[in-house]
Amino acid sequence: MSDDNPPRMGFFTDTSVCIGCKACEVACKEWNAIPDDGLSLLGMSYDNTGMLGADTWRHVAFIEQDKPLGRQNNAVIAMPTGATATHASAEAVHEGLGQKHGSELGTETGAIRPGPLPGGPMPAPVTPDGRKELRWLMASDVCKHCTHAACLDVCPTGSLLRTEFGTVIVQEDICNGCGYCVPACPYGVIDQRKDDGRVWKCTMCYDRLTAGQEPACAKACPTDSIQYGVLDDLRERAAHRVENLHDAGVLEARLYGADPDDGVGGAGAFFLLLDEPEVYGFPPDPVVTTRDLPRTWKHTALAAVGVAATVAAAFLGARR
Amino acid sequence: MSASEQHGSEVRRDGLHGTAPGREARIGARGGRKAGRGGEMVPPAEFRSYYGRSVLKAPVWESRDIAGYFFLGGVAGGSALLAAGADLTGRIGLRRSTRVAAVAATGLSLAALIHDLGRPGRFVHMLRVLKPSSPMSVGTWILSGFAPLVAVAALDEARERLPGPVRPMIAALGRPSGLAATVLAPAVTTYTGALIADTAVPVWHDARRELPYLFGASALAASGGLAAATSAPGEAAPARVVGIAGALVEQACDRAVHKRLGMVAEPLSQGRAGRYLTAARWSTRAGAALLALSALRRSRALDIAGGTALVAGSLFARLGYFHAGATSATEPRYTVVPQRERADHAAKTGAGG
Ligand code: SF4
Ligand code: SF4
Repeated sequence: MSDDNPPRMGFFTDTSVCIGCKACEVACKEWNAIPDDGLSLLGMSYDNTGMLGADTWRHVAFIEQDKPLGRQNNAVIAMPTGATATHASAEAVHEGLGQKHGSELGTETGAIRPGPLPGGPMPAPVTPDGRKELRWLMASDVCKHCTHAACLDVCPTGSLLRTEFGTVIVQEDICNGCGYCVPACPYGVIDQRKDDGRVWKCTMCYDRLTAGQEPACAKACPTDSIQYGVLDDLRERAAHRVENLHDAGVLEARLYGADPDDGVGGAGAFFLLLDEPEVYGFPPDPVVTTRDLPRTWKHTALAAVGVAATVAAAFLGARR
Repeated sequence: MSASEQHGSEVRRDGLHGTAPGREARIGARGGRKAGRGGEMVPPAEFRSYYGRSVLKAPVWESRDIAGYFFLGGVAGGSALLAAGADLTGRIGLRRSTRVAAVAATGLSLAALIHDLGRPGRFVHMLRVLKPSSPMSVGTWILSGFAPLVAVAALDEARERLPGPVRPMIAALGRPSGLAATVLAPAVTTYTGALIADTAVPVWHDARRELPYLFGASALAASGGLAAATSAPGEAAPARVVGIAGALVEQACDRAVHKRLGMVAEPLSQGRAGRYLTAARWSTRAGAALLALSALRRSRALDIAGGTALVAGSLFARLGYFHAGATSATEPRYTVVPQRERADHAAKTGAGG
C-alpha cells in the first residue's frame, strides 16, 4: 500500500452492550437500498432475519440461555416464572430448518409451523421453586473484511476487490455470477441474489467512507455496540474492554477475529463475544482456503503428470 | 471440565437456587451431558451452533451444470491425450472417435460452465485477469487455450467435407494441434479437483490432497471407457488400459479420502451422495472387469458394455462428490466439530505450553 492510503478501517462489534434493537439491520437496508428478502417468523427468539445473505448485510443474532450474565441479578430470578423454553424452541426451529439447515438465502427457513413441540410438553423446571436464570445474548453479525479474504482470492473476474480502506467489496459491473466466492467464504457471508445472478455483501458503506462518514450501521447503533474506526485503535480499545469485563466478573468475555495470526490473518470486522463463537453461528477456527492452495496446486500438477504418463504408458505397452 | 464450565460456576451467585452444576458444559458425547438439560441452542448433536443453522453458504451451483462440467472436462482432456496417442501410433479409428469426443466434451463443458453463471453474458469477464489464486480463473484460461486446439484436430477428421480452400490448412494443422493440446490436456483433467478443494466446503477442502488425483483418474476411466466403447476392438487396447488404470486409481483415491477425513467423510456415504458413490463404485468395478475380459477376447460387445459402465461410474463419482460437498457445507457439524477440536487443541498447547 502506498503512503497516501488511509489507514485500515474496521468494525469492532461489542456484543456485551448490544440491546438487539436491529437499528443496524434497518440502517444498512435503507442506506444501501437492499431489496426485501421475505418476511417470516422464525421462532429463533427475536431473530426473524436468520443469517447473513445477499440481501442481509447486518444480522442480529439472539440467543437465550439459562444462566446469569456476570454477577448481574436479572429480573427473571425474582419473578415467579417457570423454566425458559430455550431448548424446546431450539428443537422446533431445528425441525423446521429441514434438510438444508437453513442455509438458503435470507429468511427462508423451510416449514416452521405452529403446533405441539416435537419434544413433547415444556421441560420440567430445573430448580425446585421453578425459577431460572436467563441471559440473552445479542450480536450483530457482518462481513469480516478478512485480511486474507478467500472470496477475493478465488474470484476469477477480479470483481472482488480490496479498497484503500482495507475493506473487501464486490464490483457489481464486473461480477458474472460464477458463484465461486460463495462456498469459499469461511464465514458463509457472501451470497448470490437469485433474480439478479450476481453476489452481494457488506461494503462497509464504501460510499460513506470515501466521503469521510462512518458506515450506516455504526452511525445508527444507539449503544455503540458497533464501533467504526482505525482497526489498530479498535483492537486496543477492544482489549481494554475485555479486561474491564473480566474485572467485572464477566469472565466469558472474549475477542473473536481480533488476532492477526488467526486463520484469516485477522478480521477487519471483529467481535467481543460472551460465549463460544459457534453459539452465535460463527466458525470456531476459520481458515482462508487459499492458504492451502500452493500445496493443492503441486498435487494438481503431479496428478496431471500422472495422467499423461498413464496414457503414454498405455500406448507404449500396447504396441502391436 | 471445560474452561467455560469453570467460568460459569465462578460467576454464579453461589447457592442462590441450589441449581444443578456444570451448566456451561457442552451437550452430548463431547460435553458428557445430554441435550435438553438447560439452555442449549442445539438439538441432538454433540456440538453447539446457532439454532442448528449452517455456518457456511452451500455452493449455489447446479449439480447438473457443475458436476457435468467436471465430468465433461475429464472426458475432454483424457480423449485429447488418447487422440494424440492414436494419431502417433496410426490407430485411425481410435483417433477419429477420441478427437470427436474431445471437441464435443470441451464444447459441452464450456456450455455447462457458462450456463451456470448468474450472468452468462459476462463469461468473458473471466478473461479480464489471470489469477493463480483462483483455480477457476486458471482453468478457464486452460480451457480457452485447449478448445481451439481440439477443435482444429476434430476438423481434420472431417477434412473431406470442408470447403476446398481450407482443406490443406486443416490437414497441415491437424496433427500439430492435436499434439499441442496434450500439453494442456492433463491439466484439464485435474484442475477441477483444485477448484473445489479451494473452498471452505469441509469435504472438498479436507480432500484437497486426493481430489486432483481422483479427478484425473476419473477422467482417464471415463475417456478410456468412452474410447473403448466407440472404436474397433482391434484398436481399443490402449483405451482399455487407460480406462482400467483410471478406474483402479480412482477407487484407491476414494478409499483414501474416506479413511483420512474421519467424521467429515460421513456425507460421502449418506443420502444422495452416498447413493451416487455406491453406484459409481459398482459401475466402475464392473466396467474395469468387463474391459479386462475384453482385452483377452477382443469383443466389441464387452468393450461397449465395459466402456459405458466406466463412463457412468465417472459421472456418478463427480455427482457424488458434488453432493457430499454441498451437504457438508450446509450441516453445521462438519464445520464446527473439526474447528472446535482444532481451537481447543491450540488453546491447550498454546496456553499450557
Ligand atoms: S471471505 Fe467472507 S467474511 Fe471474508 S471478506 Fe470475503 S465475504 Fe467477507
Ligand atoms: S460470483 Fe462474482 S464476485 Fe463471486 S467469484 Fe464469481 S465473479 Fe467473483
